Amino acid sequence: MGIRIIKAGMMTTVQDLGRTGYQSQGFSVAGVMDARSFKIANLLLDNPENEAVLEFSLIGPTLEFTDGTLIAITGGDFQPVINGEPAPMYTAIDVHKGDVLKFGSARTGSRGYIAFSSYLKIPVVMGSRCTNMKSSIGGFKGRKLQDGDYIGFRIKRRYLPFFLSRTLDLDEFNQEDVTLRVVLGPQEDRFSRQGIETFLNSEYTVTSDFDRMGCRLEGPYIARKETSDMISDGIAFGSVQVPSHGKPIILLADRQTTGGYPKIATVASVDIPWLVQRKTDHKVRFKAVSVEEAQRLYLEESKELSRMRKEIHQPCKEVLECRQVSRRIRSLFS
Amino acid sequence: MQNIRILTAGDSSLLIEFGNEISPEINRRIAAVVELMREQHIEGVVDVIPAFCSLLVNYDPRVAGYEKMKKRLESLVRVDIKVGQTKRKIFEIPVLYGGEYGPDLASIADHAGISEDEVVLIHSSKDYLIYMLGFLPGFCYLGGLDERIHTPRLSNPRLRIRAGSVGIGGSQTGIYPLDSPGGWQLMGMTPIKTYDPEREIPILVEAGNYIRFVPIDEEQYKRIQAQVAEGSYQCVIHEEV
Repeated sequence: MGIRIIKAGMMTTVQDLGRTGYQSQGFSVAGVMDARSFKIANLLLDNPENEAVLEFSLIGPTLEFTDGTLIAITGGDFQPVINGEPAPMYTAIDVHKGDVLKFGSARTGSRGYIAFSSYLKIPVVMGSRCTNMKSSIGGFKGRKLQDGDYIGFRIKRRYLPFFLSRTLDLDEFNQEDVTLRVVLGPQEDRFSRQGIETFLNSEYTVTSDFDRMGCRLEGPYIARKETSDMISDGIAFGSVQVPSHGKPIILLADRQTTGGYPKIATVASVDIPWLVQRKTDHKVRFKAVSVEEAQRLYLEESKELSRMRKEIHQPCKEVLECRQVSRRIRSLFS
Repeated sequence: MQNIRILTAGDSSLLIEFGNEISPEINRRIAAVVELMREQHIEGVVDVIPAFCSLLVNYDPRVAGYEKMKKRLESLVRVDIKVGQTKRKIFEIPVLYGGEYGPDLASIADHAGISEDEVVLIHSSKDYLIYMLGFLPGFCYLGGLDERIHTPRLSNPRLRIRAGSVGIGGSQTGIYPLDSPGGWQLMGMTPIKTYDPEREIPILVEAGNYIRFVPIDEEQYKRIQAQVAEGSYQCVIHEEV
């Protein structure tokens, strides 16, 4: 028993935090683009932190449940509807056998996530359930989902304590422009001072060249000190590389393990979600922070997630808010 | 080693730069550091990417912060590694050269102005250092191709090159680990799978190892192919000082 994919949407894949430990052999990490939305979805269901979810982009899927389970939907707002009724996001939802969950196109953000309390029946390949499309391994048959695919559940798990408390504030992805904090390096010394200033003081536009591999930006030319090519080295998630055309490309989940373009900076881990939730024509700016500051923000976010976990493990939250209780109880009987 | 630099690559990675040239000495040093890191099991390190002359270290800042990790890596690279005394691990790759298995062997020979047999002899008579893996799972960047058989890439790349194809692209030679488009001139084919996701160890080689191409005939090719299919093939590995 599990889920049947009625419509796959534009790019729906099984993902977790990625396949680490094999980059030295040329394997991309893959994994989720927006780790924050991913973690919150699993957290709402008391799932293990790295449990596999469905990630979808721009146009979401339609799926039918062939067994009851609990789900949580996070990330961009794809206007989810269950059996024709709007479904709440950032909330644990009880779904029944035969229910149809339908997503539209992304109203805000560009990536959405669904976590399942009954865990997707996807084999672990080299330590991960994530889909690596380029190598055709992991996830569902090593590819994105197609209409008619069926994924079973690994267990039956439908009851959670404090079920009615399991709702959190939504992350909003509808900002006009977003400032991404970056740590300069590793090759900032290959750029002229003016090049670095241009990078840090200009507005860049997200182009349509934006997928799980990377995000190409359009904007002012970033000048290098010399044009000589460098020798390929390893690439980190969020690396901002600048080829000789002078426009930045930010490397994301499906990035190659190595590359030969100089990297002016790396986006702070906590700000990557705000980048990957952008759409074509959206604006971004960059602000330099120290590596210590970026790590402090990272630890701060870990603490925030722990606070969320505590928050949903407290009874009686709804008693103070009758409207919310009635809405949630109604959904149990519909 | 005062010319080693440790550079920042975001809040979860450090890049150790060992120099700025492609040389076997630097590469061997990187392989030795990777080996040392594996032995010492540094807390917080989640993955490493060795390259031609650098090593990217991914770590979890919740386990070890920037200063701590940087100091740890600094002391690690300072250790006097006896480069050169380590054994060289050489993997034999059987190759059926020419014919339908290597459709460009004739044009490689033409370009070099020698016979096909001579190309095969030159290609299979030395051991190639694996500088790094990248581009595709298990794709090896090999160094040391004899200048006489350097051959430009095809002006019109093939849409599909079969896994196991052995080719030359400019000054490089290598094996395609999986079906992929590509512009290299194909000189032969190996029946062994350099990458097999179903195998316990999907990729046999690692950076710092060597590859030796061994010419085989069609009969041997078919026999090895059958052994590979039933899982009984054992890759021939030499250890030499």
